[in-house]
Amino acid sequence: MSATPNIKLPVYLDYQATTPMDPRALELMLPFFTETYGNPHSRSHSFGWEAEEAVEKARAQVASLIGAVPKEIVFTSGATESNNLALKGVSRFYKDRRDEIVTVVTEHKCVLDACRHLEQEEGMKVTYLPVETNGLLDLDKLRAAVNERTAIVSVMAVNNEIGVIQPMVEIGKICRENGAFFHTDAAQAAGKIELDVNAMNIDLMSISGHKLYGPKGIGALYVRRKPRVRLQAMINGGGQERGMRSGTLSPALCVGFGAACALCEAEMGKDNEHIRRLADRLHTGLTERLDDVVLNGDQDQRFPGNLNLSFSFVEGESLMMGMRDVAVSSGSACTSASLEPSYVLRALGVEEEMAHTSIRMGIGRMTTESEIDYVIETIVEHVNKLRAMSPLWEMAQDGIDLKSVEWSEH
Amino acid sequence: MAYSEKLIEHFENPRNIGSMDKASSDVGTGLVGAPACGDVMKLQIKVNDEGIIEDAKFKTFGCGSAIASSSLVTEWVKGKTLDEAGEIKNTEIAQHLALPPVKIHCSVLAEDAIKAAISDYRTKAEEAGSGGDRELVSEQAAE
Ligand SMILES: Cc1ncc(COP(=O)(O)O)c(C=O)c1O
Repeated sequence: MSATPNIKLPVYLDYQATTPMDPRALELMLPFFTETYGNPHSRSHSFGWEAEEAVEKARAQVASLIGAVPKEIVFTSGATESNNLALKGVSRFYKDRRDEIVTVVTEHKCVLDACRHLEQEEGMKVTYLPVETNGLLDLDKLRAAVNERTAIVSVMAVNNEIGVIQPMVEIGKICRENGAFFHTDAAQAAGKIELDVNAMNIDLMSISGHKLYGPKGIGALYVRRKPRVRLQAMINGGGQERGMRSGTLSPALCVGFGAACALCEAEMGKDNEHIRRLADRLHTGLTERLDDVVLNGDQDQRFPGNLNLSFSFVEGESLMMGMRDVAVSSGSACTSASLEPSYVLRALGVEEEMAHTSIRMGIGRMTTESEIDYVIETIVEHVNKLRAMSPLWEMAQDGIDLKSVEWSEH
Repeated sequence: MAYSEKLIEHFENPRNIGSMDKASSDVGTGLVGAPACGDVMKLQIKVNDEGIIEDAKFKTFGCGSAIASSSLVTEWVKGKTLDEAGEIKNTEIAQHLALPPVKIHCSVLAEDAIKAAISDYRTKAEEAGSGGDRELVSEQAAE
C-alpha cells in the first residue's frame, strides 16, 4: 500500500454507530463538571439556577432543530430509552381505547424489542409492516394497517443500516387521519436531514446525542403538546421532566447535546454538501474499479452519509478483517453469535448470499477526502485479493450460475 | 473479536490458494458450504501413485476464520496418505487456530472439505478402475 500522508489510521467510517463529539460542543460542556456543577433542580441557590438555565438553553436548542417548542422536549439517556418511553408510555396510557401498534420490520432492535414486549407481556397487538426492495414503506400497506384501535405508529426516519429515508409527511398524514400518534425514531435523522414535527405531523420523536456529534448517554424524546400526547412514565421519582422522566439531569450532557444540535442546525447545508461529495467520491471510486458492487436501499431517498454496499463473492467479515485500518460495519452478522445475515437487508429481499457480502460505510462531518481516497485503495486491494481466493468469484467468471449449484447446507 | 496470531497470519498470508484441474484423475475436489450460509470452501488435493497427497489448493468464500482454517488444512494434508488426511479432526483445527466458539463451524467445514475431496478422488479412482488404484481404494475402504 502506498504511503498515506496526512491521515491518521485507522480511518473511522462508522458514523451510524456513533460520531466523535464536535470539539466546539465539548468545550461548552466541560465547565459543567467542575465549575458550574449545581443540580439543575435545586431551586434555592445560584448553583442550581445556573445549571437550570444551561439545561433550558439546551432544551431550546434541541427543540429548535426539529421545529418544536422547548416544553415538548424530555431529556433521556438516549434513543433507546426514548423509543421505549414513547412506545410503552403511550401504549400503557391509551391501551383501554387503543391497543394496537403499527411498526416496520426494519426498525432498530430497541423498537422491535419494546414492541415484542408490549405484545407478549401487555396485550398490545402489533403489526410489523414489510418494506419494499428499496427499503421503503408501501403507504397503502400502512393505510390498511392503521385503524381506530391504533395507539401509535412507529416508523424510523432514516434507517441505521441502509440510510433510506421514509416518507415522513405522508406517514404523518395517515396517522393524523386515523387519530393515531406518529412516533419516529430519528436517531439517524436528527441533525442530518430537515425534520419538522409540525409539517410532518410527528407526535413523538426519539433523538440520540451521540449520533449528531454530541455526547453519549443523552438523548431526547419529543412529546407533542398540541394536541397533547400523554405518557405513562417508566421511571418514577422526583417528577423531573414534567413527570415523564424522573432523575437529576446532567447539565454537562444536556449542554453538549444542545450545542451539538445547534451546530447541526446551523451547519446542515455545509455538512450535507461535504458528506454528499465524499460519499459520491467513495461510491464512484469503488464502482469504477470494481465490478459487481451493489448499493443496498433506495438510490435517491437516502441520507448520503450511509453507503451500504454488497461486494459480490466476498464475505463481509473477511473484508473488514482484511482492512484493519478502516473501521466499518458489516451487514453479514457473522460477527455475532447468529450466522444470520442482517435482518434489515433480508427484509429488502436481498438474497442471503448478497447480504453476507455487505459493508456499511458511514461518512460524517470529520471525514476527509484523503481518508476516502485511502479507503478506496484499501477496499479495492482487499476485494481483489479476496475475490482471487473466492470459489464463487471463480465459478461466476467461468459462467456458472451459482443458483444452479446444489450446495451442501450445513 | 480478538483472533489468535496464527489465525491472523494464515488469513493475511494464506497458503496454497488456487485451483487444479477438476477433471484430472489424480485430483480430488471437495466443495462444501453454501453462499447463503456465508461460507463456501473448495479444497483440492493431488494424489500420487503411492496414494500420498502431493499438493493441495483451496479457495474459500467466508469469514477470516474460514479462510484461515482452509489455508491451514492445505498445509496439513500435504504429504499425508488419504487415510491420514481423513483423520484430521475439526477440533485440532479449531485448537490450532484458537477459534472462538462462534467460529467452530469454520473448522467443521474445513474437515468436511477434506473428506469431500478424498471421497471425490476415491470415486474417480474407482470409476477409472485401474488395477493399482482400485486395490488401494478397496484396502482403504475396508478399514
Ligand atoms: C435508529 C437507531 N435507533 C436507536 C438507536 C439507539 O440509540 P442510543 O445509543 O442513543 O440508545 C440507534 C443507535 O444505535 C439507532 O441507530
